[in-house]
Amino acid sequence: MESILLGLGLEEATAQILGAILKALIVLLFFVTVGGVLTWVERRLSGFMQSRLGPNRVGPQGFLQWIADGVKLVFKEDLVPDGADRVLFRLAPYFCLIGVFCTLVVLPWGSGIIIADLNVGLFYFISITSLVVIGVLMAGWSSNNKWSLLGGMRAAAQIVSYEIPVGLGLLVPILISGTLSMQGIMASQGWLPWDWMLFKSPFTVLSFFIFFVGSLAEANRIPFDLPEAESELVSGYCTEYTGFRYAVFFLSEWANLFVVGALTTVVYLGGGNLPGMISGLWVVSLLVFFLKTGLVVFLIIWIRWTLPRFRIDQLMKLSWKYLLPAAFLAFFGQALWMLLTWKLPLVQLAMAVLIFLTFLVLLYLFIKRVSVNIKEQKTSVNSPLPAEAGK
Amino acid sequence: MKTLHNSFESDGFVLTSIDHLINLARANSLWYLLFSTACCGIELMQTGGPRADLERFGSAPRAVPRQADLMLVAGTITLKMASRVKVLYDQMAEPRYVISMGSCANSGGLFQASYSVLHGVDRVIPVDVYLPGCPPRPEALLSALIELQNKVKKEKYLRKK
Repeated sequence: MESILLGLGLEEATAQILGAILKALIVLLFFVTVGGVLTWVERRLSGFMQSRLGPNRVGPQGFLQWIADGVKLVFKEDLVPDGADRVLFRLAPYFCLIGVFCTLVVLPWGSGIIIADLNVGLFYFISITSLVVIGVLMAGWSSNNKWSLLGGMRAAAQIVSYEIPVGLGLLVPILISGTLSMQGIMASQGWLPWDWMLFKSPFTVLSFFIFFVGSLAEANRIPFDLPEAESELVSGYCTEYTGFRYAVFFLSEWANLFVVGALTTVVYLGGGNLPGMISGLWVVSLLVFFLKTGLVVFLIIWIRWTLPRFRIDQLMKLSWKYLLPAAFLAFFGQALWMLLTWKLPLVQLAMAVLIFLTFLVLLYLFIKRVSVNIKEQKTSVNSPLPAEAGK
Repeated sequence: MKTLHNSFESDGFVLTSIDHLINLARANSLWYLLFSTACCGIELMQTGGPRADLERFGSAPRAVPRQADLMLVAGTITLKMASRVKVLYDQMAEPRYVISMGSCANSGGLFQASYSVLHGVDRVIPVDVYLPGCPPRPEALLSALIELQNKVKKEKYLRKK
């Protein structure tokens, strides 16, 4: 980016500042688009999972629904409740926004495509997402509403608790790749599935599970969406928010979905790695990255519309009693495994291939079972009633 | 002389187009408040279900009046409930719309002769669309929603009236 600006005849200092601003604008545009499009994707998918259609009136297949929602929210009345802490109330959504937005900076979109390849990338990622807690807590406190306060408190307790297993779970990939840089972690994996971090040893599978569950909880997704549980807390910490400020919360929540998917892809699923002969094609690498991210996001949405919600004590129990010891186990197990197979790369490869084959068999059995279920379901919900079919 | 300022005073082309865009966006994203007081509520739930599916029109259900644009008054409003309806309506952010669903919300309906029933919800809050029926079928509610969308699309928001 800077080199293009330098080519236009700008001075070096100006070019650097302009380049940084341009990059930030590009990332902001991407953030808004991805957050918006994912709301449409989620509403459509939830529709199909409930035998409905979902929004399909605005644009082709309802694709522009998110723009309609956005324009409407921006032009809605801006309401600050009487008795609210006005400064904190206005400030809170932007903390959530920054917490999610700044993570996009260290995401490697493909091999070599990254905005800032920090040598502490993963650490930066974990620490910057903590800003979301502050935003949520501020929103809950400043609204002067009991539901908001309860939602904010729950969110703080939940996110802080789940950060520990997630951080410990991420230690396992760090142990294998020996670096905190996101590009480094991606480069330490290959394009073949058994070179991915997920299948390297039984302990990485365990760490993936811990990380994935913890990320769902940190992103406030069902089955862990207790801060917003509408059947008990109205809408949690954003109960009192209207219009644009609500749109900011909304957007950062769905962009967070993408960020979780992208981080899972980069750390566990090989990122945008390509086979050696076409490794220079950055477009293909980008496409591979987005394909994998899309699959993970689909999985998260699928989980959301399948499972019911946890109770708050069950949630805490899961984090402190099960995930935390399991994370320690994964860490020490992986260290021991690496120590034992230090000079035996063939054993490591055999284990990775074995785990991958097990995964394939499980996947096959799952698909078979689901297809049997679909065949056994004789009547479709949307098939016409007998009286209508006669006409 | 025609300046930019002048064109803002009259019905300028720019503002007409923006008005059109805003109205289209609003009409296609009327989020409704989950609020029902009687049997019309069951029909409202059916309308959100698979066969009718309100969400096709971009209407998502919201649990909070602050984020809702549309209040569907579904069911009998008693005198005690009337003040609550007013509070809920006041909590909604502008622009807000109301569909009065079913005979009870329109006029008190079947329970008109009772000592405790409000004779029509339009005595406490302004109503945009009246929907007859006892209770109306989901199809009727959908047509009411489309009527409301047509009304929203004709609004003058930025232009002077």
